Amino acid sequence: MITLTGICKDFRVAKRQSGFGRAVRALFLREYETVHALQNVSFSISDGEMVGYIGPNGAGKSTTIKIMCGILTPDGGTCQINGRTPWRERIAHVREIGVVFGQRSQLWWDVPVIDSFELIRDIYRTDHNTYRKNLDELIEVLELSEILKTPARSLSLGQRMRCEIVASLLHDPKILFLDEPTIGLDVVSKIAVRRFIKSLNEERGTTVLLTTHDMQDIEALAERIILIGKGQILFDGGMAELESCAPEGATAEEMVAALYKEYEI
Amino acid sequence: MSRRINIKPYTALFRIRFTNALQYRTAAIAGIVTNFAWGFMLILAFSAFYDANPEASPMTFQQTVAYVWVQQAFIVMFFMWFFENSIFEDIESGQVSYDMVRPMDLYGRWFSMAAANRVARAALRCIPVLIVAFILPEPFRLALPGELGRLGLFFLSMALSVGVVVSFSMLIYISAFFTINGLGSRVVVASVGDFLAGAIIPIPFFPDTLRVLAELSPFGAMQNMPLLIFSGHLAGDALIRGLILQVFWLIVLLLAGRALMGRALKRVIVQGG
Repeated sequence: MITLTGICKDFRVAKRQSGFGRAVRALFLREYETVHALQNVSFSISDGEMVGYIGPNGAGKSTTIKIMCGILTPDGGTCQINGRTPWRERIAHVREIGVVFGQRSQLWWDVPVIDSFELIRDIYRTDHNTYRKNLDELIEVLELSEILKTPARSLSLGQRMRCEIVASLLHDPKILFLDEPTIGLDVVSKIAVRRFIKSLNEERGTTVLLTTHDMQDIEALAERIILIGKGQILFDGGMAELESCAPEGATAEEMVAALYKEYEI
Repeated sequence: MSRRINIKPYTALFRIRFTNALQYRTAAIAGIVTNFAWGFMLILAFSAFYDANPEASPMTFQQTVAYVWVQQAFIVMFFMWFFENSIFEDIESGQVSYDMVRPMDLYGRWFSMAAANRVARAALRCIPVLIVAFILPEPFRLALPGELGRLGLFFLSMALSVGVVVSFSMLIYISAFFTINGLGSRVVVASVGDFLAGAIIPIPFFPDTLRVLAELSPFGAMQNMPLLIFSGHLAGDALIRGLILQVFWLIVLLLAGRALMGRALKRVIVQGG
């Protein structure tokens, strides 16, 4: 169970003006601008739900995920995930979640992928049987047996992303946060990743929160959509509700574009 | 919150960082060549100094030669500026997000990585340097300490000095959270620190006031100690005092680093989307 109530987060951003004189001045006198990354964000997600978290670039998606992972401390509001406040009990909390940041890598660059997996096993202190079982299953489903001994740097993006997903699931997390898991993938890899996430949610009952810009991800996966724009939650509901506020016969992409337009984000 | 002490994650991390660092053979070979060139240059400079006035020297030529070769052999363990750059990169790029979603203490994580990096690179580089230094003609040859006990104390002190170097560097890693790009201050701190640690001239050669200050500072608890023990310059009470000082600085720096880490994580801003 994930519950966010009134989460606010501001960032102070140094303002820089162009020009040499201004740059010199900025050495001594910094001007800051406050950016309201999240304003009063509230939602709750039940166990076993699969939710698509969407919004334009800079809307606050990643900030929300980072707060839910215990990485960032919000300026206000509460967040309870399985009875814990992530940033207060970070270590206990992260043991139960899995995270994929699509734009980063958690694999060690110069060593075989399997070594990274074993390190993760040791870090989470996953017992050997659970690890073995998860690994065998994941390798089979995601077709990775051939590349386990390959260093991460030699993998294609699609192979790497599948390995990233494996790495996040070895410790049996109850909740999986996926921050743009299909970014940059080709069609075949995208479909493989989607199919896998769906089966994970259906078979293991893992709660999944997914951010993406790819509306096909959302169509294929999410039963529920949360739309965020300029740090505020603008829409929270099922696919059907979304369809009802869009023109007849519109694709998911067009519906979301219509929503962005409606809320001026 | 349960605070069970389990070092397995840290040893596992040490192992993978070690394996990772072992892959850079070419860098190691280049490093070894530099070590030789630099070692010879230093010894030749000192030998000119000894020829001019042997009485003025606080250390015998033999001791200085031993100091230089052991320093060059284990240079990556002793010199502050062999930073674990991946930590700076992680902070600057926001990759640190992944470090923070692991159920382990970030301080311990980085400490293990930085220590593993140093030990792995030293393991690759020390043997060729030591072998050659042992077979060089006199008076440039490296001599083993006479007693076994001294060798044992050298290893103990070397372990402590790696601890002091890494825990001092931790302060610099953590400060990257506050500065975003602190390359400039990093270079200054490392250069001044390494100088005060005796990286260029052994501390016994310093003028008196500076010498005492350097000896008491955390920098004096770095390479200075194991190298002076190996070369036989330090003995008796002075040696024990030095070891105690090493332990003292290690504890102080660990506590300071943990406190700074606590503050940094409270106000951390992770870069990038």
